[in-house]
Amino acid sequence: MRMPLTAAIGLVVTVTILAAAILAPWVAPYGQGQIVGVVWGERSPEFLLGTDNLGRDILSRLIWGAQTTLLIAGLATALAFTLGSILGFFAAVWGGWVDMGLSRMIDLLMSIPTLIFALVILSVVPSTIPLLIVVMGVLDSTRVFRLSRAVAADIAVMDYVEAARLRGEGRAWIVFREILPNALAPLVAELGLRFIFAVLFLSSLSFLGLGVQPPDADWGSMVRENREGIVFGVPAALLPAGAIAALAISVNLVADWALKRTASLRGARGV
Amino acid sequence: MRRFPLLTLIAQRIALGVLLLWAVSVLIFVGTMILPGDVAQAILGQAATEQALHNLRLELGLYDPPHIRYLDWLWGVLQGDLGQSLTNRADIATSIGRRLSNTLFLAACAAIVAVPLALLLGLLAVRYQGRWPDRVISGTTLTAISLPEFFIGYLLIYFVAVQLGWFPSFSTVHAGMTLGQRLEAIALPVATLTLVVLAHMMRMTRAAILNVMQSPYIETAELKGLRRFDIIRRHALPNAVAPIVNVVTINLAYLIVGVVVVEVIFVYPGMGQYLVDHVARRDVPVIQATALIFAAVYIGLNLVADIVSILANPRLRHPR
Repeated sequence: MRMPLTAAIGLVVTVTILAAAILAPWVAPYGQGQIVGVVWGERSPEFLLGTDNLGRDILSRLIWGAQTTLLIAGLATALAFTLGSILGFFAAVWGGWVDMGLSRMIDLLMSIPTLIFALVILSVVPSTIPLLIVVMGVLDSTRVFRLSRAVAADIAVMDYVEAARLRGEGRAWIVFREILPNALAPLVAELGLRFIFAVLFLSSLSFLGLGVQPPDADWGSMVRENREGIVFGVPAALLPAGAIAALAISVNLVADWALKRTASLRGARGV
Repeated sequence: MRRFPLLTLIAQRIALGVLLLWAVSVLIFVGTMILPGDVAQAILGQAATEQALHNLRLELGLYDPPHIRYLDWLWGVLQGDLGQSLTNRADIATSIGRRLSNTLFLAACAAIVAVPLALLLGLLAVRYQGRWPDRVISGTTLTAISLPEFFIGYLLIYFVAVQLGWFPSFSTVHAGMTLGQRLEAIALPVATLTLVVLAHMMRMTRAAILNVMQSPYIETAELKGLRRFDIIRRHALPNAVAPIVNVVTINLAYLIVGVVVVEVIFVYPGMGQYLVDHVARRDVPVIQATALIFAAVYIGLNLVADIVSILANPRLRHPR
């Protein structure tokens, strides 16, 4: 199956943003907090996207912001996957009261809207970057738990798992050597979607002023800093917001294609 | 028990909802206590004197054991007393009253626009499945799902309010406004919320109907030579009601959360704005109260979704 045009565009945009984030010290024209021009300056050859509410170069800040955004969202997703899938697999393999207890706890966590719960926690802990990653990762691991438990429950009744059990392998062996390799495909397909969710979630928190704190900046806090300009017709806040949208759409396009591909490989009815 | 299985099922579900709400209240209460140090320290900051800390702790009852504080709080909430704000000493219940009705008004207006539109688009996408209307609708919604609320909101403000001047950019509402003025003020937030929820709801509606459309009885109806629209209307739709109602209520619950960000964008005096303002000021009693109300609405909507699907599904009425 050839890669459709939309997925190719998505891949190019994602890779470009990723490269810009990694190479930020070399590709950004100015420093992150460097004041170089007038407040909300127009576009010019010197400042390709204009300047922001303090006179900093928007293009440079977008590139540095990409670094912060991708780092936090990426680590939060990694934490969510590690925690959620390991707990989910163990719940499925262990069964009984362990499964019951874990599942009910996850139900409870999921019965509060994620954003509201994050606000409750962030009202008492300081919004430092490591704490943001932990809060986002733990809250999002609930969804990974549900998926991986469902997937592992299907695999746990397979003959080869039964064989491993009868051989006398321990639970850790069964989880990591029997279930994990076979559950990887659906989990990887979910990875892209969870990553987008983390990016959007972080941006919302930062936009509300409760995520990344100055002088660090991510795209959400850039929207917040420049939002007053909108009413005067200064579109500076639209640029970081657009960057978030572009990243989310491209990752979504790639993930959608990957999902369809794995589905058609398994011979599912194409809908 | 045996004679009214349906009633029993619903009563069980409601009891479960109440239990869940209680557990959530514990979780919210514990959530605000996990900080290093304590609430008094968080409010006054590192530079606070020992005496100021002591006074505030005394006032907040922080010297009582946690379970006593929790029971005090819960007892107050059950009587409609949500406590006092730490920052301005206002009674929380009175401050919330007006804001809650503002928020519900905004969410209700968005739902009235979004729900019929989403169902219609979902049906259209199924009717023309695989052809261009379906592709256009599905492609657009895949994009729309990835857009953050503030991108849509500020795009609307920038183009519709500032450049065209059709609607006000900020949604100030006050008691003396007529319904017409009120609707004009909230036009843009409603549009934003609609766009945010529409995509999700439409995709899920399409999936729910398609799921039904693949059943054998639909194939039979097709082979009988019924028109495609009749099949959807008479055979697919009644069976798709339960999943669709589920989709709608899940999205209404999502709407309640989306409201938080949208209210901040448009400076709308609702619950979301109130919550966010007080999180920044570490006003714990206000946060506990608002979070509990948000969670209650969310749990309530999910409860309604479950009850409707129990009522709509004959198989659930006769559990074996």
